[in-house]
Amino acid sequence: MDKITLVEKSYFMKNLPQFQSGDTLNVHVKVIEGEKERIQQFQGVVIGKRGEGLNETFTIRKISNGVGVERIFPLHSPRIAKIEKVKEGSVRRSKLYYLRSLVGKKAKH
Amino acid sequence: MKGILGKKIGMTSIFDENGLSIPCTVIEAGPCYVTNIRTKERDGYNAVQLGFDEKPERLVNSPSKGNFKKANVKPLRLIKEFRDFNSENISVGMEVKASLFIQGEKVDVTSRSKGRGFQGVVKRHHFSGVGMTSHGASDRVRAPGSIGGSSYPSRVFKGMKMAGRMGFDNVTIKNLVVVKVIDESNLILIKGSIPGAKNTYVKITK
Repeated sequence: MDKITLVEKSYFMKNLPQFQSGDTLNVHVKVIEGEKERIQQFQGVVIGKRGEGLNETFTIRKISNGVGVERIFPLHSPRIAKIEKVKEGSVRRSKLYYLRSLVGKKAKH
Repeated sequence: MKGILGKKIGMTSIFDENGLSIPCTVIEAGPCYVTNIRTKERDGYNAVQLGFDEKPERLVNSPSKGNFKKANVKPLRLIKEFRDFNSENISVGMEVKASLFIQGEKVDVTSRSKGRGFQGVVKRHHFSGVGMTSHGASDRVRAPGSIGGSSYPSRVFKGMKMAGRMGFDNVTIKNLVVVKVIDESNLILIKGSIPGAKNTYVKITK
């Protein structure tokens, strides 16, 4: 095993669902407010994945009150409590940046 | 004072207990072997000589073969001395491992930076160049400017910053934090970057 993987191995999250661009995910994020910790959910479409190993991240886009919101999560972040796959998408490219310029029904896929 | 020799493996980032991502450099430090101990009485100064990275017997010339045999260690590629090493409990032939360092310690890292070849003053000394590309001066954008007076002093002062070979220097970065030590595989993780390419020899001291 190469030595970088040896270091990263112990940080990998287990039980992550297989997903790809176009899928709809519900990410349960741990939010720390002072002393308290609570779970916040962020549901949207995966518009891209990048990186490998521990540095892998994915971008989720959703429309919140009519405004497009994107959030980038490190895949193996300990701040993520759970990732739920809500819907499988069917898309023909790996980066769905074209969704940014679409509104309403056209943004469905 | 304590120290160890190692090899730069590469960079990655890990998560700390707060879930923050920390960029770090992975160094394979050790196993090093004590090849000699210098003492004030015999050599005029106190130091410990460490060796790192085994090499095959056929690459060793006979004088150093004798040295390795005397220390009872396998032939090693890199030998370095550490002045005023904390030499209690240290004997010739002993193994020095990455576990010498602990998490959270601040260390100094010395290694050979990447060679950049012949570079101009803008890259080498962070000059800003002379001018702009208008008014017929398009060839002065990365120029060094004046390098001194004319009739007096009629020469260029020594040490004038000019174009030349850049990189491949010994560079020390001080006060880097040890993020993690993995004892079994002799790996030390240091926060941030360190000079040099992958597989560069690295000297870590504290």
